Amino acid sequence: MKWRGFEDNRVSGYQNIRLDNKTMRPSVNKTIKIMTGNEACAEAALVAGMRFFAGYPITPSSEIAEVLSRRLPEVGGVFIQMEDEIASMGALIGASLAGLKSMTATSGPGFSLMQENIGYASMAEVPVVVVNVQRGGPSTGLPTLPSQADVIQARWGTHGDHPVIAVVPSTVQDTYAWTIMAFNFSEKYRVPAIILLDEIIGHLNEKIVIPDTSEIEIIDRPLTTDPPEKFIPYKFTNSDIPPIAHYGTGYRFNVTGLSHDETGFPTNDPKKIDTLYRRINRKIERYKNNIIAYKTELLDDADICLFSYGSSARSARRAMREARIAGIKVGLFQIYVLWPFPYQVLSDLSKKIKKFIVPEMNLGQIAHEVDCATKKESIRVNRVDGSPITPGEILEQIKNVSL
Amino acid sequence: MFPYKKYLRQDKFPHIWCTGCGCGIIMKAMLRAIDRAKIQKDDMAVVSGIGCSSRTPGYMDFNTLHTHHGRAIAFATGLKLAKPKLKIIVVTGDGDATAIGGNHFIHAARRNLDMTVLLYNNHIYGMTGGQVSPTTPFGKKASTAPYGSTEPDFDISGLAIAAGASFVARSTCYHATQLDKLIEKALQKKGFSLIEVLSPCPTYYGRPNRLGNAVDMLRYYKENSIPVETARKLSDTEKKGKITIGVLHDIERPEFCEEYQKLLERVRKK
Repeated sequence: MKWRGFEDNRVSGYQNIRLDNKTMRPSVNKTIKIMTGNEACAEAALVAGMRFFAGYPITPSSEIAEVLSRRLPEVGGVFIQMEDEIASMGALIGASLAGLKSMTATSGPGFSLMQENIGYASMAEVPVVVVNVQRGGPSTGLPTLPSQADVIQARWGTHGDHPVIAVVPSTVQDTYAWTIMAFNFSEKYRVPAIILLDEIIGHLNEKIVIPDTSEIEIIDRPLTTDPPEKFIPYKFTNSDIPPIAHYGTGYRFNVTGLSHDETGFPTNDPKKIDTLYRRINRKIERYKNNIIAYKTELLDDADICLFSYGSSARSARRAMREARIAGIKVGLFQIYVLWPFPYQVLSDLSKKIKKFIVPEMNLGQIAHEVDCATKKESIRVNRVDGSPITPGEILEQIKNVSL
Repeated sequence: MFPYKKYLRQDKFPHIWCTGCGCGIIMKAMLRAIDRAKIQKDDMAVVSGIGCSSRTPGYMDFNTLHTHHGRAIAFATGLKLAKPKLKIIVVTGDGDATAIGGNHFIHAARRNLDMTVLLYNNHIYGMTGGQVSPTTPFGKKASTAPYGSTEPDFDISGLAIAAGASFVARSTCYHATQLDKLIEKALQKKGFSLIEVLSPCPTYYGRPNRLGNAVDMLRYYKENSIPVETARKLSDTEKKGKITIGVLHDIERPEFCEEYQKLLERVRKK
């Protein structure tokens, strides 16, 4: 797990402007700070190597853009406020194809507008990171209040079968770590990665320990080693992940959102179409065990399992502790990666767990997935009024379970 | 004979365009302009959206990016900002640039980002079968305007000038030798440039409106176009029904990438 830093030849497109790490704070030792989830996300993205941000103002994500509008020029990166979220996603893809790690940040309505080009990134295998600081929806909904109701949209928001990875941090500390992980996933597998924060985490001021950069692993996209005349943009490899080349580096290739063959040109050949769709989706299925991440607490002897994610996991943990004090055998299963979903792990767990409780700030979106994995009917603790789920509400459900 | 083959992906032919389509004329003019501007193939990026026009980059041996409907300028913005040394041509159509992509079009012009937008205006959505577009003239028929369009059409060049473009020119597929010179000028201009090219679509615009075949449509351009210098001396009544061609607008404005470069230097001096 070594931070590799930027290679010396990693310069921006601008004259004499080096994409460097010199002004990165902290650069030597671990630092303890107080910051919000949005700030942690922005700072972590810089550490991950993000050097291009395009976005459009929207509550409660705007602080990410504000921080980066100040910080990106300091490190030789590009910040641009676009005319809307559709354009922001488009710009991200253009910049990523030119070689810069790219990110945008938005919230519900903006996330809806981005779906079109998230699909493009899936199809053309362009690494990009999208932060969605969730607020209440649908429509304009609750601009300044939290929700977790975009979780299925993060998976299936754009049309067609497509690969995507989504992470769900629950603290400011998690946000820092999982922002870097989101970049690593996106680069490694050439897929869009989505960071699902919510208004609580985004605006929460919390203590955070920022590790020394030497302890942080940064992964860059697989670059081709083939010379330009032999380069095949979507070459089939044993890994299912084709090495990438960047525009303007002597490799002249075509990228399209149409179904394409290995060469990157449109095709209507059924065999080639089938091969493409299966491969881009197989990338996630095949490597899911390297992507899926969760944490379990006190599940060894538990009869009841709280399945939770994001800010709701904070309340779930507190409820678990209080229930344990009351002598109820309850444990916690908290996921950090939402998509791909840990179906098999849950299926195995369901053999010894009698009841699953799923607290979430929506009307049961992930409970469906839990039920699908466990073949059991979970108890749902839902809240959609813009308020967080309290530990008391979860505790009440735990106490009501008759085993 | 100009060595077109040098710039073409010859294995991608035959092209998909209908007989009599103007797309090929514009593509050839574009290649002559790139050659005369002495831009290396590796330094040229051609970005397009969706539609007949937007299939152009696939045939050209440059860095090519075929994006979503209306979004070419947005993709090109990211590409240009990440690699300012790339010369960028956005190939687009009237529907692509001024309907679904209208917002990106006006804002790229406002920013004065260094790129050339080559807009094929055939007054129709060709690829989807001839539906009415923002540039279908009032009263003309389309597959979704069977009784004639009841909407006024967009003045695309006027829109770009108002939005802040540095360089705006108009030509037609008949004026092919003028067209390549205009594209060359646009490529040499630092800032946002637009070339609007009137292009015949005999299949979907000519036929329902009884405008004749491709030759008749080109003849119409020949007989009804007036140079901008002449147009300036005419009254609005005299100009009615005429196509004003040539350089409509050419001014100096700060270019976005250069301004960003200055910002980077300023911030990093601190």
